[in-house]
Amino acid sequence: MSMQPTRQQHHDLYYYMKLNRAVEDTMVKLFRQNKIVGGLYSSLGQEAISVGTAYALERRDWMAPMIRNIGALLVKGVPPRDIFTQHMAKYTSPTRGKDGTSHFGDLENLHIVSPISMLGDLIPVMAGVAIGARYLGQKIVTMTWIGDGGSSTGVFHEGLNFAAVQKAPFVLILENNQWAYSTPVLRQAPIENLADRAKAYGIDSYVVDGNDVVAVYATAKEAVERARAGKGPILIEAKTMRMLGHAQHDPAEYVPKEMRAFWESRDPITLHEELLFSEKLLDAKGKQEIEAKIEALLEKDRELAENSPLPPPELAAEGVYCEGCHKIEPKWERPVAEVMPPKASTKPAWPATGYATGHGAARVAAQFIPAGADASGNGAGPLVRATSKGVALSRGKKKPIKPAASRRPGR
Amino acid sequence: MAPVTFLEAVRQAIFEEMERDPAVVLLGEDVNVYGGAFKVTEGLLERFGWERVIDTPISESAIVGAACGMSYLGLRPIAEMQFIDFIVCAFNQITNFVAKGHYLWGAPAPMVIRGPSGGGVHGGPFHSANPETYFVHTPGLKVVYPSTPYDAKGLLKAAVRDNNPVLFFEHKFLYRRIKEEIPAGDYTVPLGKAVVRREGRDLTILSYAAMMHTSLEAADALAKEGVEAEVIDLRTLLPLDEETILQSVKKTNKCLVVHEDTKTGGIAGEIAAVLCEKAFGDLDGPVLRVTALDTPVPYAPPLEEYFLPNAQKVFNAAKELARY
Repeated sequence: MSMQPTRQQHHDLYYYMKLNRAVEDTMVKLFRQNKIVGGLYSSLGQEAISVGTAYALERRDWMAPMIRNIGALLVKGVPPRDIFTQHMAKYTSPTRGKDGTSHFGDLENLHIVSPISMLGDLIPVMAGVAIGARYLGQKIVTMTWIGDGGSSTGVFHEGLNFAAVQKAPFVLILENNQWAYSTPVLRQAPIENLADRAKAYGIDSYVVDGNDVVAVYATAKEAVERARAGKGPILIEAKTMRMLGHAQHDPAEYVPKEMRAFWESRDPITLHEELLFSEKLLDAKGKQEIEAKIEALLEKDRELAENSPLPPPELAAEGVYCEGCHKIEPKWERPVAEVMPPKASTKPAWPATGYATGHGAARVAAQFIPAGADASGNGAGPLVRATSKGVALSRGKKKPIKPAASRRPGR
Repeated sequence: MAPVTFLEAVRQAIFEEMERDPAVVLLGEDVNVYGGAFKVTEGLLERFGWERVIDTPISESAIVGAACGMSYLGLRPIAEMQFIDFIVCAFNQITNFVAKGHYLWGAPAPMVIRGPSGGGVHGGPFHSANPETYFVHTPGLKVVYPSTPYDAKGLLKAAVRDNNPVLFFEHKFLYRRIKEEIPAGDYTVPLGKAVVRREGRDLTILSYAAMMHTSLEAADALAKEGVEAEVIDLRTLLPLDEETILQSVKKTNKCLVVHEDTKTGGIAGEIAAVLCEKAFGDLDGPVLRVTALDTPVPYAPPLEEYFLPNAQKVFNAAKELARY
C-alpha cells in the first residue's frame, strides 16, 4: 500500500499546517493584548509533525496531544474557537474555564484525552485505551506525543514497556525539537537517535524528518496501520526544532544563531508549499483561496471567543465528582459472551514457551540451554554458570548456578 | 452460609462483579496465574481468562495510567497494588491525572485501586503503610477503608459501580484473622456512610479498619469501669460522613479518634477541625487522638508494638476524656 498522499490529502495537510500557524499567530496577537490568561506555548516550526501524524488517524481512533499539538487537535476536528476560548479561560471553552491551553478532551465524539502538565503520563493512559479498546473489539489505534525532554521521565519507560508487553495498538510520536525548555537534547540523553530506545522495548521504530510533512504523514500512516493490524506499538522520532522559546516569556537566547538559521531555512510550511507548486498541485490562486478561508474562519472564531463571558465564580465549586452526570456504557464491538464464563474460562499456564526465541535467540540459547533441553530449558539440569567475563557452560566441576530466567523475581 | 474471612469477602466481591459485568477487568502485579501476593485474585484467571485478568510489569504508574485509559472507554478496571505501600509510586498518576479529570474536562474515571495495607504483621517500613491521608487530601478521589468482611464485600462492589476513582484499602492484619457470616447473593454497602458499631452515651470513639476492632476491645474494658463508649466505624474517609459523626458527638459530647496512620496530618486532625467548626458548643472536652507515632513503621516486634496504637492506649485516652 502506498502511503504517499493524494492530491486532496496534500491540500488537507497544507491547509491544516497553515491553519495551525494562523491559529497561533492569532493567539500571539491576543497574548500581546493581554487577552490570554496564562502562558502561551508555540509550535512554530513543528506544524508538520502535529498535522502529519494526526492526519494518519481515522476518526474513530483516539489521541492525546501535548501542549504544542494544536495542529493535531485541528485535524481531529476541534474548531479554532475552542482553542481560543481555552486560552482566554472563557465559560464557553471545553473546560468552561477550569483549565487552559490545549488541556481539554472529548471522550464521546472526537476521542481526545486531555493532557496534563506532567509529561509522560499520557503514555500508559493511551496504552490503556488501546488495550481496553481491543478488549471491546474496537479496531482502533491510539496515539500520543512526547518531547525529547518528556522522554526522560520514568513513566515514559513504564508506559511504553507496558504497551510493548501487551502488544497494544499504540503509536508514540517522539517529537525531538532539541530543546527541553533551555536544556539541549544531548543533556537529556546521550544518544543520537531517541528512537533507539524502542529496541529496549522490543518494538519497531522510525526516525523521520519532522519538517517534511509528506514523510511524517507517510511514516505515521504506515505505523498506524501496522499497529491496527496487531503488530504492537511503534515509536516514531520526528526530528525538528522548536523555533520560539519554551513559552512567550522565553526569548530562547540559548539557541545558537547558526542552529536557528539552519532550521529557519527548513520551515515545514514553506517546504511543502514549494513541493506543491513544483508538482503543480497548487497555484497562487489556490493558495490565496486557502488563506482567505482560514482568515474568515479565524476572524469569526476569534470574535466569538472574545465576546464570550468568563465563567461564573461559583463554578469553581462544581464538578469534582460524577454524581450521575455521566452515563457510562462501554461500546462493545464483539460478542460479550466471548469474555464471559464459560467461554472466557481457561486453564492457567506459565507462558514461558517462547523463551529465548527473540533477537539473537540462537546465540543466547546456545549459551544457556544444554542439548537435550526443550525451549524453556526443561529436561536438563542447570549447567550454566556466570563469571565476571560472562556466562559459560559448566564443565561439571564447579558448583552450578541456576540461569537467571529460573530465578524468582524479587523487589 | 459458612463464615468467610475478610480476604475471601474481597475475592468474592471481585469475582461477583466480574461475573455480573463484562466491563470489569483486573490488572496488577502477579494477579494472573499466581493469584496475587495474598491470593486475593486466585481462581479469577481460570474463570475469566487472560483478557480480563492482566499481569503487569512492576510499574505502578503504568498500572494506574492504563486502568484510567480503560475507564475512559466505559470499562471498570480494578487495579491491584501488590502492597498498598507501592501506591505512592503512582502518586502523580493518581492525584494529577486520574483525580482531576472529571473536574477539569468532564472525564469520569470509574476505576478502583485496591491493595493490602496496614501494620501489625511485622512487614517493616515498606510493607505496612497506611497512606490513606495522602489521598484524602485529593479532591476527585474516594477513599474507602473497611473493617469487616461484610463491609469489605459490599463496599468493594459499590466502589466498582461508582463512576469515580475509588481507593480501596484492605488491612492485611484482618485478611485472615476475622471471619463473618455474610449473606449469599448480591448486596452493596454505600460509600460515604459511617456505621455505629456499639452504642454508648459517655463518649464517641471514631475509628476504621483494624483499629475499629481495637476500639471495640477498649470499649468493652471501659464498660466494665462504667464508661459507655459509642464506637463508630468511619468505613469511608473521603467523603467523610460528617452527619453520623456530629449526631453521635451531639449525644456524647466527647470524641476520641483512633487510627493506625501516623498522627501529624492524619484524618483525626481533620475530624477535630470539623468538630470545632460544627459542634464546638456540644463538646465537653478536647478532641483526643490515639494514633501511631510520627515515625516510619519499624520492623522489630517490640518497636512496632510501641509504634502502633492498641486497646490499652485507647482505654487510657478514653478514661482521660471521660473525666471531663
